[in-house]
Amino acid sequence: MTAARLNRLTPYLFLAPAGIVLVVALLYPIGYMIYASFLDWNPSQRIGEADWIGLRNYTNLLGDAAFHESFFVTLKFAAIVVGCELVIGVGLALLLDRKIRGMSALRTIFILPMMIAPIVVGMMWRYMYHPNVGILNRTLKDLGLDPIPWLSSSEWALTSVIIADIWQWTPFIFILALAALQSLPRSALEAARIDGAGAWQQIWHIKLPLMMPVLIVTGLLRLIDAFKVLEVILVMTNGGPGLSTEILALRISRTASEFRELGEAAAMSNYLLILLLVLTMAMFLYSKAAEARAMRLRAAAEAG
Amino acid sequence: MGNNRQNPAFLALLVALVIMSAGPIVLMIATSLKMNVDIMDDGASLLFTPTLRNYETVLCNVLWYAPEHVGYCDKTFGRALGNSLIISLISTAITLVIGCMAAYALVRFRFMGRGAISLTTLMMRMVPPAVLLVPVFGIWTFQFGLDGTHAGIILVYVAMNLPFVIWILQSFIVQVPIQLEESARIDGAGPMQVFFLIVLPIIKPGLAAAAIFTFRIAWNEFLLANALANRNTRTVPVTIVNSLTEYDIDWGVIMATGTLLAIPPILFTFFASRQIITGMTAGAVKG
Repeated sequence: MTAARLNRLTPYLFLAPAGIVLVVALLYPIGYMIYASFLDWNPSQRIGEADWIGLRNYTNLLGDAAFHESFFVTLKFAAIVVGCELVIGVGLALLLDRKIRGMSALRTIFILPMMIAPIVVGMMWRYMYHPNVGILNRTLKDLGLDPIPWLSSSEWALTSVIIADIWQWTPFIFILALAALQSLPRSALEAARIDGAGAWQQIWHIKLPLMMPVLIVTGLLRLIDAFKVLEVILVMTNGGPGLSTEILALRISRTASEFRELGEAAAMSNYLLILLLVLTMAMFLYSKAAEARAMRLRAAAEAG
Repeated sequence: MGNNRQNPAFLALLVALVIMSAGPIVLMIATSLKMNVDIMDDGASLLFTPTLRNYETVLCNVLWYAPEHVGYCDKTFGRALGNSLIISLISTAITLVIGCMAAYALVRFRFMGRGAISLTTLMMRMVPPAVLLVPVFGIWTFQFGLDGTHAGIILVYVAMNLPFVIWILQSFIVQVPIQLEESARIDGAGPMQVFFLIVLPIIKPGLAAAAIFTFRIAWNEFLLANALANRNTRTVPVTIVNSLTEYDIDWGVIMATGTLLAIPPILFTFFASRQIITGMTAGAVKG
């Protein structure tokens, strides 16, 4: 009797710890943040003592030039980074899609930048960009060229940060694109070759269209991650010079810790969250639609 | 495409890629082995006598001998290394145990559809740590009284990693043949025995992938650790950022610190690159 009851309870017993942790440490904080975004709250107050100010944090942000700047920098950073990484990553995958001895060693080396702490990545690049001891300016000097103010000028800083991110994350797209390429149906490529399609025609008309579903999902995943980047930039420039590299995540953390405006930081977090929610939903719906389409095609093929 | 001919241009491309990818890391390690004179020296950046001095400076309080060139021993890093190890190991262990149980229940007892779970995972994955900063700071300080403790940081990390772990383990548990479990049950094994003796051993590769990903995030994370830790519970990333904001950066020492922080992830990569790739591709392809 008790054993049977225990059996019926098992699934709940198994789920309970994870459920409790997720509710207490993830859902509750997110709800708390939504509530906090309507308050005028600084870190020395308990949340109950903060004043309710309605939507004022949100409307203030909409009129805040620094927030606009930071939002724009974030979009620019994310768009350029994902664009470049897709082009380079997919290009390399197309080039390296052949039987190479040592391919797995190569992939291992490519994963390294993604595994190392973002803090360390930022530190490495800050060292390389260093005006005196950095390897980049030293090389330029040896070649007789003018040094570049990598991180100290507002024109170059964003580019420098983007280069570091491309270095770190292109391998991600490369590995996924290569996996997609190697799982393409051999018959389609075979048929194309028999019909006399050249290498470029195969890439444009067969490989890329067939890889598209994976590429779109990969690109969206990278886009979501690009909005989350913070530590690399924090270490390299801390948002400067001026606001030239101050992406939203960084601005949230500075608003909370330096300007001590927790309510405003929460409102900003909500804007970022809404943006990411839209992207995530787009990705989910896209992959569902692609799945449905694939299923229809398969059904049609079987029926025909 | 299956041509095995490797022309020189192709080989050159491969070499260039490897140099570009590993170069900065090698540079960091090389710099950590240099004396400051060599770092500042203009020429010959490849020719230098390697020294472990920077590592001795960083690790001065955990070494069994007192390095003579260290005048004043800064204990910050040694302590931070201990904190990082405690926090990452415990949070990885907890995440794996409860994540595994939840994944098993979700697969075998059919609570929700797979679609609902992968959507939730995806939504949780999208939440940036920066968004958790304000609420976690507020709640942990004023309500839970967990600020400045290891437990507080561990709790955030477990929560952050759980969705991904549940989701990836699910895809492994689905592949465990149900007949195995049924025959064990007929032989009189209870649900706990079935889980621990039959299911767990089969999904070891999934557990390895999940463990690496969880450990890596806990080990590398800076933002929340910075908000929650006090002087005694600081982790390594927090100390690195603190010393990078000093006016006069000692590059040799900081590169040694960075290398020490990078060693565990590098080791994982070399020993388990296949699991890592599995984890990575699973996240995108089945998203």
